[in-house]
Amino acid sequence: MADLIPVRLDDVAFGYDPSKRILEKVNLTVRPGQIVALMGGSGCGKTTILRLIGGTVPASAGTVSVFGEDVGVMNADALRRMRSRVGMLFQFGALFTDLSVFDNVAFPLRECTNLGERMIRDLVLMKLQAVGLRGASTLMPHQLSGGMARRVALARGIALDPRLMLFDEPFTGLDPISLATIGRLVRELNDALGASSIIVTHDVQESLQIVDYLYFIAGGRVVAEGTPDGVRASEQPFVRQFVRGEIEGVVPFHQQAADYRSELLAGAR
Amino acid sequence: MPVASPPPKPDVPGPVRARVEGLGEWALLKLERLGFAARFFLAILRFSGLGIRRFGLVMREIHFAGVLSLVIIGVSGLFVGMVLGLQGYETLVRYGSAEALGTLVALSLVRELGPVVSALLFASRAGSAMTAEIGLMKATEQLAAMEMMAVEPLARVVAPRFWGGVISMPLLAAIFSACGILGGYLIGVVTIGLDAGAYWSQMQAAVDFRDDVLNGVIKSFVFGVAVTWIAVFEGYDAAPTAEGVSRATTRTVVTSALVILALDVLLTALMFRGT
Amino acid sequence: MNRNRMLDLWVGLFVIIGIGALAFLALRAANASNFSSEPTYTLEARFDNIGSLKVRAPVRSAGVMVGRVSAIGFDAETYEAVVSFNISARYPFPKDTSAKILTAGLLGEQYLGLTAGGDAVMFKAGDTVRLTQSAVVLENLIGQFLYNKAAEGKPADAKPADANPGEGKSAGEKADDAKVTDSKAAESKTTDSTAKGGKTRAAKGAEGSQ
Repeated sequence: MADLIPVRLDDVAFGYDPSKRILEKVNLTVRPGQIVALMGGSGCGKTTILRLIGGTVPASAGTVSVFGEDVGVMNADALRRMRSRVGMLFQFGALFTDLSVFDNVAFPLRECTNLGERMIRDLVLMKLQAVGLRGASTLMPHQLSGGMARRVALARGIALDPRLMLFDEPFTGLDPISLATIGRLVRELNDALGASSIIVTHDVQESLQIVDYLYFIAGGRVVAEGTPDGVRASEQPFVRQFVRGEIEGVVPFHQQAADYRSELLAGAR
Repeated sequence: MPVASPPPKPDVPGPVRARVEGLGEWALLKLERLGFAARFFLAILRFSGLGIRRFGLVMREIHFAGVLSLVIIGVSGLFVGMVLGLQGYETLVRYGSAEALGTLVALSLVRELGPVVSALLFASRAGSAMTAEIGLMKATEQLAAMEMMAVEPLARVVAPRFWGGVISMPLLAAIFSACGILGGYLIGVVTIGLDAGAYWSQMQAAVDFRDDVLNGVIKSFVFGVAVTWIAVFEGYDAAPTAEGVSRATTRTVVTSALVILALDVLLTALMFRGT
Repeated sequence: MNRNRMLDLWVGLFVIIGIGALAFLALRAANASNFSSEPTYTLEARFDNIGSLKVRAPVRSAGVMVGRVSAIGFDAETYEAVVSFNISARYPFPKDTSAKILTAGLLGEQYLGLTAGGDAVMFKAGDTVRLTQSAVVLENLIGQFLYNKAAEGKPADAKPADANPGEGKSAGEKADDAKVTDSKAAESKTTDSTAKGGKTRAAKGAEGSQ
């Protein structure tokens, strides 16, 4: 199983509304043990790719395969089995607000396994120890800072020892210390579990430090890809603009609109 | 004399046509939503197995919907009963039948006010909270997270809430009616000084167990199903934003109130016709 | 774990209170013990006029509730009201039992009164009560009273000196009319006593006029 390609997207297209496609044609591959970053401007469909991989939305065209199986043709049972091998970290953690930190991490163990309560307790404490928050096990989610919540969610994501981790903007809204902590944890846990990971992010600098491969997505397609070193050296206009954070470039500053002058004059009339 | 033929109608959508079209669109939209709600209801029933197997989940929701509504239901019931006692006495004493106060209080409560008012209170106390809770879980991606953990949110989150509400509602309505009857007793017997024996015996002579009490319980059960269904549906269907959740919460209270009153008319017509 | 136990405790308490409230409604407010699921048998009775008798009205014998009216229909051939009522199986009634429609108090609700006869044969389910007496319709009573009063008016005019006994007689006649329709089974003590008073006065009046 370790040799199976964890994630592979072939010519995947998707749109909630058939007339308006978010993804036109996406091809990407995640190899075992790799951490892959998906980058692109806000709203370019990065999170949608994670949903396609998780099977919560079906692809309009093309195939999404996870561990060599086509997600599109899975029945409910196969989908459940696939999901139990996939851990996902949501943008703001998505901790269950009515459960304590301990119960949050225990949640997937209680719901998806038949382990005894003592076993679950030991496992939860181990996972919390891995993210350095064993001391916070009795707190409720609203008592946690953003970074801590993200770490608890990470502990919850790895509770079932997944073979594939999906991270949806794990660095958003964090202070530099928390950001570095999460980044390091992502790398460490990925290697310790022998898993593969996909990180959806727009934090270029942090991801260049920890990932093995990057895909740039714009206009519903993969416009550039490469290793961190390759990306740093790339002279491709989009990658340059994105990595350096330039305002004007191939991605325009202005939303497409009617002629400025004539629109203003039309208002004055 | 040549008859002036009307000028040919232009085929551009006039204001009337636009309005009719808008109305049709609105109706279709509502119908579609109703269909979705019905499908959702069936899905809740289909995913109720987990809640039955792990009854602790439903217990939590009974605690939330029932136990935490106990005080507001009890106190409101007492007050409503007291008002019925005061007003009823004022009216009955004119016809020299003040001893029928027990009958008046008990019948009004058991048949109508108990189920209806407690359902209205339940909708605004527990129903709105359910909507907000599920809506926020959706907005903060907790439901999506659950789904990604191979846990069905309908089974784990929605169905237990639904059953918790459905089980709590008839009990709350009974508590409301009982408190109301005691409230009427406090006013009629303790304050005004009617005969306690007459209060109870007149009540017992007029209130029938099957026709009044059981029908009241059936009513509150139906209201319980309707209110919790609306509440969990609005929560699940809420737009995943702060505004969407607040709108959904408002809709829960408004729709529940209308549905409760409409159902009450229907059920009353079915149950108490000709008696 | 502790939190869970507290929660269970509260829910248990809630359910107990709720069921207690239901029991209270059933026993204290509705008196469910007063047959609700007891076996019953159904009888029928025909009346010229049932007044405002309603379905679910009580059926009493000697003032004790023994059943309830289950249905009220109209016979299009005889133009009679057909009243079906359920009697608790605990109380068999003889074949010559009579049924009357009575009023609780002066303006109270109407109920079906049964007066048992002496027959050795008991009613079977579905039987019809032969001896019936219709409801007292207050309007008719008043109308009759006024009519009688008017009829008396002439003899009273003829003998103006004898006004006193005449008045007594008219009151007596009213009471007699009431007796015909309402019979002696009139329950309320006040009605009973006025009827008696009326009777005695009627007797006196008769003596006086002679």
